[in-house]
Amino acid sequence: MNSFKLCIDLILSQFQTLGTVLQHTFTKADTVEYPEQQVALFPRYRGRIVLTRDPDGLERCVACNLCAVACPVDCIALQKSEDQEGRWYPDFFRINFSRCIMCGFCEEACPTYAIQLTPDFEMCEYDRQSMVYEKEDLLIDGTGKYHDYNFYRIAGKSIAGKGKGEAENEAPPIDVKTLLP
Amino acid sequence: MTEPINQIGTWIDIIGILSSVMLVAALLIWVERRMIGIWQDRLGPNRLGPLGLMQVAADMIKIFFKEDWIPPFADKAVFVLAPMIIMVTILTAFAVVPFAPGIGIIDFNFGLLYFLALSSLSVYSVVLGGYASNNKYALLGAVRAAAQTISYEVFMALSLMGVVMLSGTFNLRDIVEAQRNGWFCLSQFLGLFLFIVAVVAESHRTPFDLPEAEHEIIAGFHIEYSGMKFGMFFIGEYLSVTLSSAMIVTLFFGGWLGPEFLPPLFWFCFKTSIWILFFVLLRASLPRPRYDQLMSFGWKFMLPLALINLLVTGGLVLWMES
Repeated sequence: MNSFKLCIDLILSQFQTLGTVLQHTFTKADTVEYPEQQVALFPRYRGRIVLTRDPDGLERCVACNLCAVACPVDCIALQKSEDQEGRWYPDFFRINFSRCIMCGFCEEACPTYAIQLTPDFEMCEYDRQSMVYEKEDLLIDGTGKYHDYNFYRIAGKSIAGKGKGEAENEAPPIDVKTLLP
Repeated sequence: MTEPINQIGTWIDIIGILSSVMLVAALLIWVERRMIGIWQDRLGPNRLGPLGLMQVAADMIKIFFKEDWIPPFADKAVFVLAPMIIMVTILTAFAVVPFAPGIGIIDFNFGLLYFLALSSLSVYSVVLGGYASNNKYALLGAVRAAAQTISYEVFMALSLMGVVMLSGTFNLRDIVEAQRNGWFCLSQFLGLFLFIVAVVAESHRTPFDLPEAEHEIIAGFHIEYSGMKFGMFFIGEYLSVTLSSAMIVTLFFGGWLGPEFLPPLFWFCFKTSIWILFFVLLRASLPRPRYDQLMSFGWKFMLPLALINLLVTGGLVLWMES
C-alpha cells in the first residue's frame, strides 16, 4: 500500500511540474539577441586587456614581469628597460590575444594597477597575427579603474625629482653613520 | 454489418494525407524547438525566415547532405532496413485514422486493432536498428526498447477496452460517432490517462526515452546512424507523436465532433495539434525515470489500474443494460 501511495504522489508531482512549466508560456525570454541588442557589461567585466597610465600621464607599468608569471597560458611577453630618470618601463609589451583566456590573473598580480581588463570582448580578426597586440595597441591615455594611484609617488624608489624619503607617508631615511638620536 | 474493409478515400485523399502528415512531422522539428524554447524562457530558432520557419528547410538540407555512413562492423541489410520500418508502419497506421466524415483512406471494422498492431510493430525498427549497429550502447538501447514496449503494450490495449465496451465497436469511425452524447475523456478518464502514458512510452518520448537516453547510453539505438537514416528515425518519432495525438483525439476527445460553424476536419486537426503540443510540453518538463522504476511502474501500478478500469467499466455497462 505504501508503494501505491508513492506512485500516486509521483504522478501528482509530474502534473505539478507540467503546470509550472506551462506557466512559463507567459514569462519573457531571458535571451539577449546579441548583434542587434547590446549586452550590458559591468565595469569589472573581464574583457580586452589594456595598459593604463598614472595621473601624470606616464606609463604605470614597471616591467616587473609578475603578470607574465601569473599568466596561465603564457600569452604575455615583455622586457624591462630603464630611462634616465630611473623609472623602469617595458621595452616591449606583447599580449597574444589568441591565447588569452581573460582570466584576470595578470590584473590581480600587477603591483601598480598598470594592467587592467576592460568591458570589451568584440575582438574578432580574420588574420591570426592581428590578435597579437603590441605596447602601443595596449596603452590607453587614461587611468582605467583606479584614478589617483601613482606608484612612484608612493614607493620608496628614488627617481629624478623625488629622492629617498620624499614619497607619500615615507619618513626620511635614517643616517646610520651619525651618533645622535 | 458493413463490409470488413471499405475504401473511402480516392487517390487524392491518399496523397493528400500522406503529404500533409509528412509536412506536419517535418514542421514538428521547428514546433518542438520553438515551444521548448518558450517554456524554458529561451527563444528557440528564430533567425531563418519568418519566426525561424525556414529552420525546417535548413535541417533537411543538412541531413540530406550529411555522409550516410554504414559502419563496417554492422549487419548491413538490417541496418538499412531498420529505419524504414518505423516510417512504413506509422504511415500505414494513418490509413485508419478518421480525419472527418468522408476523409480518410479506409473504413476498417477492426481499425483499433490495426492501429495497435502497427504501433507495436514499429518497435522492430528500434530493436533491429540497435542489434544491427553491433554496438554495445545500441544493443542496450534496443533491449530497453523491447522490454519497455512489452510492458507498456499490455495495458495500452487494455486501457482502450473501456472505450470499446462503451461504444460496442472496434471501428474508429463508429467510436467517434458514439461520442455524440459525451466524449469518452469524461467517462473513461482513467483509460485516457493510461493510454497517454502508454503511447508516450510507445513513441519513446521523454519521460520514456530510455532506449535513447543521452546521459547513460549516449544515443541508444541510433548511435551509429547518420544522415537520412538517422533522419528517418527522427521523423518516425514525430510521425508516431502525430499518430498518437490523432488516436487520443479519436478515441477520447470526439474526433471530428465539434461546434457546427467550422468544418469537422478543422476540429480534428485543432484537437490533434493541442495534443501534439502536450507531447512537447512533456518533453520540456519531465525528467527521465530510472530503468527499474520504469518497469515496476508499468507492471505493478499501471497494469493493475488498467484491469480495475476494465472491471469497473464492464460492470457499469452490464448494470446499465440490465
